Amino acid sequence: MPAVSKGDGMRGLAVFISDIRNCKSKEAEIKRINKELANIRSKFKGDKALDGYSKKKYVCKLLFIFLLGHDIDFGHMEAVNLLSSNRYTEKQIGYLFISVLVNSNSELIRLINNAIKNDLASRNPTFMGLALHCIANVCSREMAEAFAGEIPKILVAGDTMDSVKQSAALCLLRLYRTSPDLVPMGDWTSRVVHLLNDQHLGVVTAATSLITTLAQKNPEEFKTSVSLAVSRLSRIVTSASTDLQDYTYYFVPAPWLSVKLLRLLQCYPPPDPAVRGRLTECLETILNKAQEPPKSKKVQHSNAKNAVLFEAISLIIHHDSEPNLLVRACNQLGQFLQHRETNLRYLALESMCTLASSEFSHEAVKTHIETVINALKTERDVSVRQRAVDLLYAMCDRSNAQQIVAEMLNYLETADYSIREEIVLKVAILAEKYAVDYTWYVDTILNLIRIAGDYVSEEVWYRVIQIVINRDDVQGYAAKTVFEALQAPACHENLVKVGGYILGEFGNLIAGDPRSSPLIQFNLLHSKFHLCSVPTRALLLSTYIKFVNLFPEIKTTIQDVLRSDSQLKNADVELQQRAVEYLRLSTIASTDILATVLEEMPPFPERESSILAKLKKKKGPGTVTDLEEIKKERSSDMNGSAEPASVNASAVSTPSPSADLLGLGAAPLTNSAPPPSSSGSLLVDVFSDSASAVAPLAPGSDDNFARFVCKNNGVLFENQLLQIGLKSEFRQNLGRMFIFYGNKTSTQFLNFTPTVICSDDLQPSLNLQTKPVDPTVDGGAQVQQVVNIECVSDFMEAPILNIQFRYGGTFQNLSVKLPITLNKFFQPTEMSSQDFFQRWKQLSNPKQEVQNIFKAKHPMDAEITKAKIIGFGSALLEEVDPNPANFVGAGIIHTKTTQIGCLLRLEPNLQAQMYRLTLRTSKEAVSQRLCELLSEQF
Amino acid sequence: MIKFFLMVNKQGQTRLSRYYEHIEIHKRTMLEAEVIKHCLSRSKDQCSFIEYKDFKLVYRQYAALFVVVGINETENEMAVYELIHNFVEVLDKYFSRVSELDIMFNLDRVHIILDEMVLNGCIVETNPNRILAPLFVLDKVAES
Repeated sequence: MPAVSKGDGMRGLAVFISDIRNCKSKEAEIKRINKELANIRSKFKGDKALDGYSKKKYVCKLLFIFLLGHDIDFGHMEAVNLLSSNRYTEKQIGYLFISVLVNSNSELIRLINNAIKNDLASRNPTFMGLALHCIANVCSREMAEAFAGEIPKILVAGDTMDSVKQSAALCLLRLYRTSPDLVPMGDWTSRVVHLLNDQHLGVVTAATSLITTLAQKNPEEFKTSVSLAVSRLSRIVTSASTDLQDYTYYFVPAPWLSVKLLRLLQCYPPPDPAVRGRLTECLETILNKAQEPPKSKKVQHSNAKNAVLFEAISLIIHHDSEPNLLVRACNQLGQFLQHRETNLRYLALESMCTLASSEFSHEAVKTHIETVINALKTERDVSVRQRAVDLLYAMCDRSNAQQIVAEMLNYLETADYSIREEIVLKVAILAEKYAVDYTWYVDTILNLIRIAGDYVSEEVWYRVIQIVINRDDVQGYAAKTVFEALQAPACHENLVKVGGYILGEFGNLIAGDPRSSPLIQFNLLHSKFHLCSVPTRALLLSTYIKFVNLFPEIKTTIQDVLRSDSQLKNADVELQQRAVEYLRLSTIASTDILATVLEEMPPFPERESSILAKLKKKKGPGTVTDLEEIKKERSSDMNGSAEPASVNASAVSTPSPSADLLGLGAAPLTNSAPPPSSSGSLLVDVFSDSASAVAPLAPGSDDNFARFVCKNNGVLFENQLLQIGLKSEFRQNLGRMFIFYGNKTSTQFLNFTPTVICSDDLQPSLNLQTKPVDPTVDGGAQVQQVVNIECVSDFMEAPILNIQFRYGGTFQNLSVKLPITLNKFFQPTEMSSQDFFQRWKQLSNPKQEVQNIFKAKHPMDAEITKAKIIGFGSALLEEVDPNPANFVGAGIIHTKTTQIGCLLRLEPNLQAQMYRLTLRTSKEAVSQRLCELLSEQF
Repeated sequence: MIKFFLMVNKQGQTRLSRYYEHIEIHKRTMLEAEVIKHCLSRSKDQCSFIEYKDFKLVYRQYAALFVVVGINETENEMAVYELIHNFVEVLDKYFSRVSELDIMFNLDRVHIILDEMVLNGCIVETNPNRILAPLFVLDKVAES
């Protein structure tokens, strides 16, 4: 064999590559490439017919040029010609060129299809393999249509060679991903499942990928794969290290296949008891092997073993049902946390993060807190430290919050810039969520501003102000603390904002101390004034006018400042206007009027932390992690965090130019002119006559709908083409929903038209406004649509979201129920036991009560039930019901026309696995609807 | 799913690229440049997984050559990390002590090997002898 090029080395190609290597500069390389391209072009265009060898050589050169990053716009025809060659080498290059360079909308597809057809019929396994690889790689619609019928047959035919079966399995997988409509389930499905039993492990490897994808979309049809996968896995993990011959990798039997089988099992809930026992044995064996001495010192051995181990742990976490296995998994990961391999530490931290959210292992995870904190301090790799932060966040609860927050603050001083903002958000959330003592909360946030002021987003400092205003026990402390913090010669502008706002409201609480007398407070703030940006100065001016009310004794000092040229003639319109107006207000208004206008801010409505929303946004709507959802539900936040967020969160809480002082911030729904698409019933009428009628509800739509009754964010719908995600927030009778449409394919969606439809019955009760979205959605892109919601009166039905678009020439039409339900307009009401039962009795008219007795559909867990009731929107009243096992809740449904008080009581019966749910409201229809909605949740 | 499979040398020259999702050529060159920049900036005691955009990079270094694989969250990082080694061992077996030059001058064969192991983003074969079988057929035809 020649030294460099193997086989039938193509000299011309070798020379060309050597030339490129010898090029001294990028320019020289480009010049050489252009010369070669011109040469090849002329050869292809020339009169002389090229032989197969030459064509192959030139096509190879083109491939190489493409690899170097140059687009290739010719040579496709020559490559197609090579396909019909009988020489394997030529045919192979042709296929390679096509699968690398031809995209799915090429005009050549028909010619390529022809060649593929011949090769599939050839019964030559190598040719068949090449053809199948090509379909799998290119897979245009036209190609899919031509071969979708044939591939399943090849796959399950008795006489197909193993290697062809492997290619056919992956080929079918690709067909299914791109054109699921062309691959209907049929007789072949059960035979595909049995490929898990195939004696050839290569076939099993390929088939497992196929089955995993199919099972995700059609779990029922592929249910039998669970027991087959378990028995296959069992045979692998118990085999001696040499049994599987070449499929054993460094003494680990079939590691990649084991990983895939464990993945497949993660598509399903824990299996039936019979199979479950065997699976548990497998998982235990895998965990045991991790403790055995290694069979080889090679790192490949332990890596392969650990790949299987991590996947087994993922499955254990997915099932989340065997406390014993969960704790063992946690201990194993705990060992890895101290391992010398960075990769293992990284993966262990990542995996433990999900373990922390399981009821069974949360405590076990917490025992590793010191190791994780140590990792934060000593780990040299930022991505590992990032994982450590995530894990600390996940394992945080009331018992360790102070320690974790302190460590995170410590770390923040030296943290990488790339992750500071996220840490700030996490600290702010934890400090709020687990604050028992609000002085601690205030200290923590001020520390955040001190250490990482630039990374403290508006949401964070708005939030601290909301909390201080809502809790009168902390106001004096907050005023004192900000006053002290402002003494620092250089303090962050965010601190000036918080300080200005808080002193403006509560400066009087510390004014008795001569060290913080009104004048000292004012001078301190004013000494920062000139260093600040315009919005902060505007805020400080508002503080000054508030001081005029709080401290009449310094009124003239303040008026002098307002009167100065630098204020009254300020170039900034906002500042100038404030100075003029405030000066005027302070001059002409009587003390009484001043006191009324400049009264202390009323408490903010309780709402979901805007910071949590921000953290979720940072991670992207598609990846709102369940973990955070679970954590959120589990903890009973001091502010009732499970309550829906305010629509106008920022408008109300922003002490920014337009919305301060008078609390005029409660902005109405924004777009007043309804776009045409919101006239729901009209559209229904139009559609019912046209070809593009609204599609029936997509399968599974009801299940998804039910999941959103107690939560506001998540994935509403997903198929091969499209993912629909939701984020929504509600306050009183208003709401706003963000719908995210993600194009999962690489092809554009055209004429993309989502429409929200209210039925005739629903329309008078629910006012929805949407803006049209861009009719083209690029491959891989996501578009967002906002729905503004107003609840006019109570309602039963849900609106329908209909989506129509064209994808690769086919018309797509689907409908899902949009989870806007009556309970979203709940405001929780806290009340004592006495009040509760008094009102309960008042609502004793039989029409006011609706009761439902039903069987539990989910495990009866008190903590989950509580979280669901809070997520439903009502307050959860503890120690109200004489029977501690019962749950009671209270709240008010806000509609535009009326408010409806609601009481609810849920009585679980553990023995019978039943619940009795009773709803009492002043309106029968409301009781009825709430009862229906809530019954589905348990 | 595996999104792409790259071999890039320390100078940032791509020696092998295989994408399992269609990406425009100019985006490819940009991606390859960024990917190698990320890999080069890391030291030996950092882990072999990098979060990059909405996927993860798993990489291994062999002399001056980096093998970098882009994966999404459905893939097991450690399994992909060893897949890279398995791939390199197969190359080593076929070329007997593989070097960067072997890869450059035999691009078509390296592609065949990779295609036998990974097909549209899924691992399809891991047994070295079966991976090399089509190549041995090819070489036999060439010799005769």
